[in-house]
Amino acid sequence: MVDVRSGIGEALPPLEVEDVELYHPHSWWTRYVFSQDAKIIAIQYATTAIAIGMVALVLSWLIRLQLGFPGTFELIDAERYYQFITMHGMIMVIYLLTALFLGGFGNYLIPLMVGARDMVFPYANMLSYWIYLLAVLVLVASFFAPGGPTGAGWTLYPPQAVLSGTPGGKDWGIILMLFSLIIFIIGFTMGGLNYVVTVLQGRARGMTLMRLPLTVWGIFTATVMALLAFPALFVACVMMLFDRLLGTSFFMPAIVEMGEQLQHGGGSPILFQHLFWFFGHPEVYIVALPAFGIVSDLISTHARKNIFGYRMMVWAIVIIGGLSFIVWAHHMYVSGMNPYFGFFFATTTLIIAVPTAIKVYNWVLTLWRGNIHLTLPMLFALAFIVTFVNGGLTGLFLGNVVVDVPLSDTMFVVAHFHMVMGVAPIMVIFGAIYHWYPKITGRMLNEVLGQIHFWVTFIGAYAIFFPMHYVGLVGVPRRYYELGEMAFVADSVHTLNAFISVMALIVGAAQIVFLFNLVWSLRHGRDAGGNPWRATTLEWQTPETPPSHGNWGKELPVVYRWAYDYSVPGAPEDFIPQNQPTPGRLGHEAIS
Amino acid sequence: MAVVVILVLLAAGSVLFHLLSPWWWTPIASNWNYIDNTIIITFWITGIAFTAVVLFMAYCVLRFRHRPGNTAAYEPENKKLEGWLATSTTLGVAAMLAPGLFVWHQFITVPPDASEVEVVGQQWLWSFRLPGADGRLGTTDTRDVTPENPLGLHRTDAASLDDLIIEGGELHLPIGKPVKVLLRSVDVLHDFYVPEFRAKMDMIPGMETYFWLTPTRTGTFEILCAELCGVGHPQMRGTVVVDTEADYQAWLAEQQTFSQLTASSETSPTATAIAAAAAQ
Repeated sequence: MVDVRSGIGEALPPLEVEDVELYHPHSWWTRYVFSQDAKIIAIQYATTAIAIGMVALVLSWLIRLQLGFPGTFELIDAERYYQFITMHGMIMVIYLLTALFLGGFGNYLIPLMVGARDMVFPYANMLSYWIYLLAVLVLVASFFAPGGPTGAGWTLYPPQAVLSGTPGGKDWGIILMLFSLIIFIIGFTMGGLNYVVTVLQGRARGMTLMRLPLTVWGIFTATVMALLAFPALFVACVMMLFDRLLGTSFFMPAIVEMGEQLQHGGGSPILFQHLFWFFGHPEVYIVALPAFGIVSDLISTHARKNIFGYRMMVWAIVIIGGLSFIVWAHHMYVSGMNPYFGFFFATTTLIIAVPTAIKVYNWVLTLWRGNIHLTLPMLFALAFIVTFVNGGLTGLFLGNVVVDVPLSDTMFVVAHFHMVMGVAPIMVIFGAIYHWYPKITGRMLNEVLGQIHFWVTFIGAYAIFFPMHYVGLVGVPRRYYELGEMAFVADSVHTLNAFISVMALIVGAAQIVFLFNLVWSLRHGRDAGGNPWRATTLEWQTPETPPSHGNWGKELPVVYRWAYDYSVPGAPEDFIPQNQPTPGRLGHEAIS
Repeated sequence: MAVVVILVLLAAGSVLFHLLSPWWWTPIASNWNYIDNTIIITFWITGIAFTAVVLFMAYCVLRFRHRPGNTAAYEPENKKLEGWLATSTTLGVAAMLAPGLFVWHQFITVPPDASEVEVVGQQWLWSFRLPGADGRLGTTDTRDVTPENPLGLHRTDAASLDDLIIEGGELHLPIGKPVKVLLRSVDVLHDFYVPEFRAKMDMIPGMETYFWLTPTRTGTFEILCAELCGVGHPQMRGTVVVDTEADYQAWLAEQQTFSQLTASSETSPTATAIAAAAAQ
């Protein structure tokens, strides 16, 4: 295999590319609103995602107020509660995490990190954002529609999702939800194709695939997966819309609803579950793989040490991406599907634990014999490892078919997926924002506010979700508006629930500190310079900070080495940028 | 340094929480203690892995944190170490998967001597059906569900007529006898969940699902619905009573057959019960 670390020792003449093909803005509108610059589009995506994410945060407060202090708040009745959990889940998974990682970080980082001037299809890229915004607006509209948003749970399982016993089932809620998802997928496809083609075709000279930063590998693989997985959700949404609006029976068998025979017949509710999870499980990794990639780069940069086992890390990302398409039915062990599927899906699910564990080992082995700077990005990266390992290990409970039987549909599941695909990726998002904010704005985020934000968020989130596993182990089911009297649930469980709710309020409030920091530092942050973290990857080597439209001025960068030449023995500095030819006085032989 | 202390406290705190907290599963009342054992094995393996990773990180931060003059090592790969770690992880995973699949095989293999009982879910009520004197459950169809025939039995099927119908009441099971629980729904997804039995399974309109168990402890247990089924989901409760054989037979003798129910359907309280449930 090729040595990924370094290649051509001699400096190559840079490739001059006249930047004629970019659409340069002519007015304030085309510069900041209908911009075709991936960096502006990234900020638009991120701002929209964080804004709708704040709605999800408030919903989570309302959910926890009800669970911790049932009966105290008259505002939260059963219908609203189910609407809150549904919208909280859907917003977090699709409209925040997917949009922020791929639309936000993908747009900002892919062209810069691969050494391109922009995405290859800037116009489609712009459309992608505006269609995403439309999807968000349709989603928000359902809060104001007659009957309110759908309360079917974020999994939208039919038949209940389209029946009258569920909030929004016979009103506008479910229709707007399905339309919003369809619109989102259309918009995402435009962006996603862009990311894939840019990574494959837009790389600078010398940027081989095996020299890409892991951030790009993570986002690239996640995008390929999303392009393959979202169509399953798309058709499921279209079919359910037909069932609801045209009276078809894709997912509807013969049903007696509240004593009345419905006109449906012959459909299969479980078909929807297969389609949903064929999308839904890759979706977990669509969120996780960008986080894996980004956190690898954060750890390497802030520990001043090359990522350990780079090639293994790349292959692990690719293998996880592939395997994640054949594990979906582990969400359906007790769904009533043929029980023999259990053997297959339990085996594939536990196999996926091996490449995932290798990634964890390589992160902590990167820390080993490093020079660990406990900066905010590093702190969030450490918090990611803790929460991801915790959440990943409880996945071994739920993935192991027979262990899943008592635990499925309990609060254990809620605790597991929040830890592994809520808390852990969000830790990476925070770390990434602290890391790249200086490049995006030219200023550092405030350190004191950042420390407060970090400690409250990390310890608080762990204190929310670690004990929640035990609520589930007791047997408390999820999606219960109120527990009422349950003989097997001791009073102490209610006390624990109240504690979890208080922690959730505190952690939520800490995010206000973060938002304030984002805004305050725009003006008052310390000047960052071009490369405050002394990082190797190309985005830190731009001639201007923030980078101008076209990123590189006249000459595109030429890449001579992998992204992880930190602390190379004999080099004058503890990092060698990817576009630097022979490292000072050091020859190629000395480092290979 | 604060980071090191917090990481160590977090690892130690998690272990202590696990060992000392009062929150643990409710005592089992079925034969599925194999499941509990597999969970215990999984707790041990994952607990060790979690503690090891977090403590190792804490040590790295302590030992290799930045101080003036520190430099990091340059070690891109270490095939031997990577291979060793991958192998030991595979073994750990296999140690959890193997017993898991073994028990799953038991879980889906119904003993030939298991008796059958049917549970029917509807928003938001549990009903039960037991085979009558012929030992067989009659056939059903959701299309035949009416207020007089809430479970949709085929009137033309002779096997249906002696089936015992229990609507919205208690289900009784005899202790020590394997029972195959057949599950059906007439409207949306439900899930028959008795925490003490450990087993649970979704109920799907349009098809029949099942699981089996052997009750091992007499007592009265709550039936919960574990699959979101609309706003009444948390109120969908039922009761299952595990009886001694004598008590069970006494209870069985009190139950009404399908033909008895249809004969008295004009005055049946079940129609009013359904109307009341629907009005909720």
